[in-house]
Amino acid sequence: MRKKEKLFHYILGIGDNSLILGHRLSEWCGHGPALEIDMALSNIALDLLGQTRSYFQYAATLGIAQFETEDDVAYLRDARNFKNVLLVEQPNDDFAHTIVRQFLFDAYHYLFLEKLRESKDKTLRAIAEKSIKEVAYHFRFSSQWVIRLGDGTEESHQRMQTALDNLWRYRHEAMEMTDLEKEMAEKGIGVNLEELKQAYNQKIGEVLVEATLNVVNLDTWTQKGGKEGKHSEHLGFILAELQWMQRTYPNMQW
Amino acid sequence: MRTQEEIFQAKIDAEIKIEPKDWMPEKYRKTLIRQISQHAHSEIVGMLPEGNWLTRAPNLRRKVALLAKVQDEAGHGLYLYSAAETLGAERDQLTRDLLSGKAKYSSIFNYPTLTWADIGAIGWLVDGAAIMNQVMLCRTSYGPYARAMVRICKEESFHQRQGYEIMLTLANGTPEQKEMAQDALNRWWWPSLMMFGPSDKESTNTAQSVKWKIKRKTNDELRQQFVDISVEQAEFLDLKIPDPQLKWNKKTNHYDFGPIDWDEFWSVVKGNGPCNKQRLKDRNKAYDEGTWVREAAMAYAEKQDAKKEKAA
Repeated sequence: MRKKEKLFHYILGIGDNSLILGHRLSEWCGHGPALEIDMALSNIALDLLGQTRSYFQYAATLGIAQFETEDDVAYLRDARNFKNVLLVEQPNDDFAHTIVRQFLFDAYHYLFLEKLRESKDKTLRAIAEKSIKEVAYHFRFSSQWVIRLGDGTEESHQRMQTALDNLWRYRHEAMEMTDLEKEMAEKGIGVNLEELKQAYNQKIGEVLVEATLNVVNLDTWTQKGGKEGKHSEHLGFILAELQWMQRTYPNMQW
Repeated sequence: MRTQEEIFQAKIDAEIKIEPKDWMPEKYRKTLIRQISQHAHSEIVGMLPEGNWLTRAPNLRRKVALLAKVQDEAGHGLYLYSAAETLGAERDQLTRDLLSGKAKYSSIFNYPTLTWADIGAIGWLVDGAAIMNQVMLCRTSYGPYARAMVRICKEESFHQRQGYEIMLTLANGTPEQKEMAQDALNRWWWPSLMMFGPSDKESTNTAQSVKWKIKRKTNDELRQQFVDISVEQAEFLDLKIPDPQLKWNKKTNHYDFGPIDWDEFWSVVKGNGPCNKQRLKDRNKAYDEGTWVREAAMAYAEKQDAKKEKAA
């Protein structure tokens, strides 16, 4: 792979997480448990989609054939070429699953951006600098709701525990490095993800304790595959909606 | 000595805003609560037809813009519920009235969004019609309502430009896209004219509302203003308004237009529009499925308060 191609694929690995999670959150719009929560979820989705655009606009400048615009990058790849982690494509299910998914991702996302701010690539550095302020808010929002619902009523506690049980095995995938990510980290462009794990466990652990949620008995298995394009069955349906217009009416301006 | 009602009317005549703590006739209060809450409900239900295209928007720029727009509508709903609360209404009760079908919302949202062009048509026509009404309401006699409207109007005019720009892009696009735009105009035109409500002859509330300066123009005046503006906008798009009787009238300096199908209007108001049931079902589902979240938030807040009290 040429240098630019490697950078291209590395950027997709970051941007796809924001795109797919932003898309998932947009599914809540108009259906949230309260108006204020509805608006907050849309806010987070807007931040993530904004970040996606920055990453994909950058990717589109790298001269990779067929990917000349941000929309080519988002709309003209098949599921096997998406590199997002499995966590972000999991369904919204109930609000408990949505908030646990968000929380597990936000904690990683924040730590990741903190390091990406030190990248030798100045565009990535600039995107990280802008995004980290947004993601600090995302983490505040999701961790507060984890605590509130974990330590709320019996029903909310039970729902949160179930969501945690279901999503726990996806939490570490983001920090399991692919060969490309290792290479990019060595060059000082990418982030050494392995190094984030300890801080990550600490960061989520503190919140989960306050939320009275139990992780001791949870399976420590890490489900992987997303980064190599081996996704859950959910992604195909996400893309079927997301890409439908571009696929049905190709080469048009909207 | 003047009665309270006379003082009240004198203030209105002198263009002095009525504020929450001022004396007001009970009927003024009730009319406002009904109108403001209907408006709030319309914003909230209005999120659904446009939200229907969030996951399918044709590109990233449009996806972000649409999401921001629908989110603005949630925000408008919030300001308006707050304005209704200054009159003594309770948001949760207002919401339950919507969910039970007792309270009304704008019938336009009982029509389906079938293609992407509908998102353009809603922005252009539906928001356009709403703005006619809302610009007038920026000068309405009740202070909190007028102030909420000033804020809402700014955002709505942005939405309208955005919608028109979607239409313009389609109209200048491929024949397939242009056809999509024309089809959307065909389906949304008449329902948009109905948004102004029954004609002045039939409207029972208008006279009193005009006297109290809640409304400052009649339904028919606003509708005419909307037609006059929209005809020119459609011409610029090179799209045809689906009304064979539409014609410039030199004497009145307005466009004459064909008769509105009031049977359709009343049938949608009464619950028989294409999406009435679906919209209420979606709102009820969101409310019911959110119950445990709202209860947990309350329970958590109470626990925190109890802890603070103990510490103090």
